[in-house]
Amino acid sequence: MAESATQLESLAPPTELRRMAPVPADRSLGWLTDKLTAFNEGRTPLWWWVLFLPAAFCAAVVLPGALVYKISTGVGVWGNNMPVMWGWDIINFVWWVGVAHAGTLISAMLFLTRQHWRTAIGRAAEAMTVFSVMMAGLYPAIHVGREWFDWYMIPIPTSNGLWPQFRSPLMWDVFAVNTYLIVSTLFWYMGLIPDLALMRDRAKTRVRKFLYGLFALGWTGSARQWHNYEKAYLVLSGLATLLVFTVSSIVGMDFATAQLAGWHETIFPFYFVAGAVFCGFGMVLVLLIPLRKWCHLEDIITLAHIDKICKLTLMMGCVMGYIYAVEFFIAWYSGNPYDAWVFGHRMFGHQYWYGGWMMIVVNASLPQLFWIKKVRQNLKLIFVIAVLINIGMWFERFTIIVGSLYQDFLPANWGVYYPTWVDVASYVGTLGAFFMLYLLFVRFLPMVPVSEVKAITPCADPHHALGGAKGWRA
Amino acid sequence: MSQRPYGLVAEFDSPAAVLRAAEEVRQAGYRRWDVFSPFPVHGLDKVMGFQNSRVGWFSFVFGAGAFIGTMLMIWYCNDFDYPILIGGKPMFSPPMSVVPSYILLVLGAAVGAFIGMVALNRLPRHHHPLFDRKRFALVSRDKFFLAIGANDPKFSEAETRRLLESLGGAHVELVEDE
Repeated sequence: MAESATQLESLAPPTELRRMAPVPADRSLGWLTDKLTAFNEGRTPLWWWVLFLPAAFCAAVVLPGALVYKISTGVGVWGNNMPVMWGWDIINFVWWVGVAHAGTLISAMLFLTRQHWRTAIGRAAEAMTVFSVMMAGLYPAIHVGREWFDWYMIPIPTSNGLWPQFRSPLMWDVFAVNTYLIVSTLFWYMGLIPDLALMRDRAKTRVRKFLYGLFALGWTGSARQWHNYEKAYLVLSGLATLLVFTVSSIVGMDFATAQLAGWHETIFPFYFVAGAVFCGFGMVLVLLIPLRKWCHLEDIITLAHIDKICKLTLMMGCVMGYIYAVEFFIAWYSGNPYDAWVFGHRMFGHQYWYGGWMMIVVNASLPQLFWIKKVRQNLKLIFVIAVLINIGMWFERFTIIVGSLYQDFLPANWGVYYPTWVDVASYVGTLGAFFMLYLLFVRFLPMVPVSEVKAITPCADPHHALGGAKGWRA
Repeated sequence: MSQRPYGLVAEFDSPAAVLRAAEEVRQAGYRRWDVFSPFPVHGLDKVMGFQNSRVGWFSFVFGAGAFIGTMLMIWYCNDFDYPILIGGKPMFSPPMSVVPSYILLVLGAAVGAFIGMVALNRLPRHHHPLFDRKRFALVSRDKFFLAIGANDPKFSEAETRRLLESLGGAHVELVEDE
């Protein structure tokens, strides 16, 4: 009997199948706490000011300047004109919404699929979502032309007796973007509560104690609180995951319901979701690669994390390539001469041909470099590729919007679009505002979710020796 | 205000230690006690005998309410109060109303989950008796606390203190209520 009950040999998996430890295993809980809050509690470094001041200038001077000038003068200060009625305003709206989506995908979807590695970057990505949805929401509000009638979009009883038109995807957009902003802010804030309590408990000054304590809501970390908290976190991430697919789908439908060649495509909702996530991964890389170095988080946001984001970017790049191919195929296969015209001119027109090539070269082809492991470990190269992806995805929206509008059905109607300085200033302003908010976040709130990272270390596992499991009877 | 104590609190160093202590405290028959930790300790739910959290119900009720409410609102706005015929489409039809209703369902359910979490946890609260203890600040760092409430029917200061100390709890202290 003894022979038959042979000892089971536990075979170690081969190296390439071994899971990475989310955090290096030998770190104690105290070490992690000190490490992850060090940047919030230390002195403000020089690089922070060097980045913050220009960003704050854009947010506080350039953006309000452009907005006040535009609102007080009229929408004519933008380059939009017949036949290109949508210009940088909608391009930037779609671009910012897109940036947001990868954050939700990382923080919510990867949570649902139990990807523990997402823990270290979840909050940074979610903050990116919150701030970029703020920037996105600005554009529809100002592009209506008469901003003082924005409240018409809200279904409230008025003396006019008018109601919003709920059959329009543009109306759905209002609900989708606002819902996205509220839900991602709630999700982000709820994740912050235990860490705000941590900051409160560590705070040295009265001001910090008061402010962190105020927003920590009196969190004690009791088992009952954690029990409800975990459930709420799970529910919220499920709901946020739905929004990854909903918001950009609706943005895509804004276009797809129009009868315009280049817009009127059934693939648009999926197209916009994929493009959004792809662009957002680019932005995550742009933000995390410098910040992990400057905030001394190389041990927490490791090369393995960057590697995984690169792989996801590669996958989305392939999806983009597939969608571009389908678009061109359908333009030919449908036999619709207007479609064929638009897509022919997207690559070989005398105007805006560069946008079409940007899509193919940057969005579909450049990420293919991520097949190579050496590239996925070269941070400088990844950073350059990520910046180019953001630019490429901006040009994709430019091509879709301006490239489809400037030559519509009547040749007599054709025109060319040039942005004005107000267009540029609005965009630069939102970029500044985004980076300003992000820098404030990095400075004052733990960029890495401390309690979540602690929870996935061996020290937190009561059945692991590091968690004190010695003498634990099974 | 009477200075009746809040309870006895003991400090532990590891999740395993506090989990073991929790099991013993439950077996000793205590009812009103809680564990405080920097992160959710795996397995504690079972030891403390928690039922499924009711947060899900909050989320469900808010979400369903938002969905039905939006459907009704769209019907009221576009079909009942001020019908406008657009493109020969029906004044109200569920398919076209599903998208905004679904989005507000997500919004309602998310707000419901958050409100549920806050309400069930009795937050926001201005103060907690444990916050008066200096060492309790370590609860968000790397220490684990087990508190047995003075309102527990089995609570007796000497007896409970002995139990907590026998379980390896350090710095066992009586905490005054506010």
